[in-house]
Amino acid sequence: MLGATSGCSLRQPGHILTIADFGQETRTLLMDLATFFIQCLNSLQYGLLLFLVASGLTLIFGIMGVINLAHGSFYMIGAYMAYALAPIVGSTFGGGFFATLLVGAVLAVLLGYVLEWVFFSYLYQREHLQQVLMTYGLILVFEELRSLLVGDDVHGIQPPAILSGSLPLGEMMTYPVYRLFISAVCLVLALGMYFVFTRTRLGMMIRAGSTNREMVQSLGIDIKFLYRVVFAAGVALAVLAGMVAAPVSSVYPGMGNTVLIICFVVVVIGGIGSIRGALLAALLIGVVDTFGKVLLPQAAGVLVYVLMALILLWKPDGLFKAG
Amino acid sequence: MSAIKTAMKTSKGLFVLASFAALALYPAVAGNYGVDLVTKVMIYAIFALSLELLVGMTGLVCFGQAAFFGIGAYAAVLLSPQAEAASLLWLLPAAVVAAAAYAMAVGALSLRTKGVYFIMVTLAFAQMAYYVVHDTPLGGGTDGIYLTAKPVLGSLIDLDKPLPMYAFTLVCLVLVFGFLALLSRSRFGRALAGIRVNEQRMRATGFSTYPYKLAAFTLSGGLAGLAGFLFAVKDAFVNPELMSWHFSGAVLIMIILGGLGHLRGALIGAFAFALLQEFFKSEAIFGAFAKHWSLGLGLTIIVAVALLPRGLVDMPGQWRARLVGRRAGVSGGAR
Repeated sequence: MLGATSGCSLRQPGHILTIADFGQETRTLLMDLATFFIQCLNSLQYGLLLFLVASGLTLIFGIMGVINLAHGSFYMIGAYMAYALAPIVGSTFGGGFFATLLVGAVLAVLLGYVLEWVFFSYLYQREHLQQVLMTYGLILVFEELRSLLVGDDVHGIQPPAILSGSLPLGEMMTYPVYRLFISAVCLVLALGMYFVFTRTRLGMMIRAGSTNREMVQSLGIDIKFLYRVVFAAGVALAVLAGMVAAPVSSVYPGMGNTVLIICFVVVVIGGIGSIRGALLAALLIGVVDTFGKVLLPQAAGVLVYVLMALILLWKPDGLFKAG
Repeated sequence: MSAIKTAMKTSKGLFVLASFAALALYPAVAGNYGVDLVTKVMIYAIFALSLELLVGMTGLVCFGQAAFFGIGAYAAVLLSPQAEAASLLWLLPAAVVAAAAYAMAVGALSLRTKGVYFIMVTLAFAQMAYYVVHDTPLGGGTDGIYLTAKPVLGSLIDLDKPLPMYAFTLVCLVLVFGFLALLSRSRFGRALAGIRVNEQRMRATGFSTYPYKLAAFTLSGGLAGLAGFLFAVKDAFVNPELMSWHFSGAVLIMIILGGLGHLRGALIGAFAFALLQEFFKSEAIFGAFAKHWSLGLGLTIIVAVALLPRGLVDMPGQWRARLVGRRAGVSGGAR
């Protein structure tokens, strides 16, 4: 009697098999796989974004020997540009998101070029601690100028219409197209950087300049101009990262500082001056941070720093030494 | 020449003595706000001195000093009993030891690295401490936690009142300053100076440098813990911001602004930084623009470093050099 009832509840006659009949375990496994995949994409996107900011930092650090605390401010400036420029660009060029990106990039290069000229070129001969102090002062100036010009409010930004959709993933999950777009932009820029560095004359001169400034100068290359170009490129990368990230992260005061510290972690883990190291470290941090937030929310903030401490105790000069 | 040197040394000593005397007399002319402000600045000065021991004396740039400050502060609050006032006799040493213990652990690991990497590892360990109090219920999370009863020493010292608090902080400051001044003249201090100038050579002369550096790091952490303890007692409140990297950065700014390699540089820097901040925050002077005080502070820092690369301490030296240079120019012209 007992056996008959239990058999009855399991499969009634004439029943059609649906997904609900799969065991709970199989269903959670499918869900978990989808979640896992989504988190992987998130890690990739965050890591690549970090790389974009950190690569400028490590370039300026490795080639000019300047510790630039204000680098995070460029990211902040980028995000606020995405917010403040959009209406202006919209009314003058009639263009949308992509036109804003383009205008922002041009402005960023100009900003970097001028800043190097009037401020940073005077830092090269200074000691590291003085550079720290002066660029710290610069952070305060940038933050307050931002507060004066745009205010202290938090702003959300809409991704452009073409990229605002979501891709279906499995049964009930979706993934926003815009995040894929961020990854794609970062990837393209990273590849472009790699190409410029290893395959072009300019890249060769930059690499030579980082090894021996005087020698390059005596070969008739204008090292000051070269530095200015590198600095402008570094600023542009950070600004672009800020602009592209704005629709996901929203725009808020102090956003540059958070990014700055994480980017220093990236630079140090990767090895100062090493682009390759920065890429690897940024991806690593992307994974650790994203999965840390899901799996160990209590300890999420610490994990990145634990990772950095462990790596530096294992390899005191970072993963890749510059050279 | 030696007469000039002695005179300069005496004038430096006199400057420090005069400053401490001025600080001792200050409450007689100041109101409550002034006393509270200067108490805070003196605590900053102790904090700055603790970092000067590392950066100025030993040549180790630590970017995580706020963690030790914060641990001292949190220890003061967490170890105090809820209902009654704790005794200074054990609470103060406990806070200092807690900070020093963390500093020892951090130092033991991070002293394996050098230069910029050392800066970043110390930052990493400070961030760990920050996130522990920020993300766990241990210290009240982001809201912070209140100190219900301030510590006392019998009926002799009651730190709940502003004047005893001021006096106690001043005594601590003088003691820390004197201790570090003696330390820098001791064999240990000379060894630290040797490590700063050329660690390789120190090792070649037979000094095992690692224990010296670790001792300096631990000591520095303990002193920062003392400053943190005083801060927690003064405000009767702690929150995670005490451990944030902004604070580690600010104290580094103080000693660089004051002038590295001089104990009085830490004093001058702490006062200059805090007073500049108060100045630019003052609504009486700047009106509505006082909201944007960090603009003025940032510009001042940039200009100060540009004009005085060796810190405010060097100001008389620069004037003298300019004067001497002018005279030399005149005599050269006469020849």
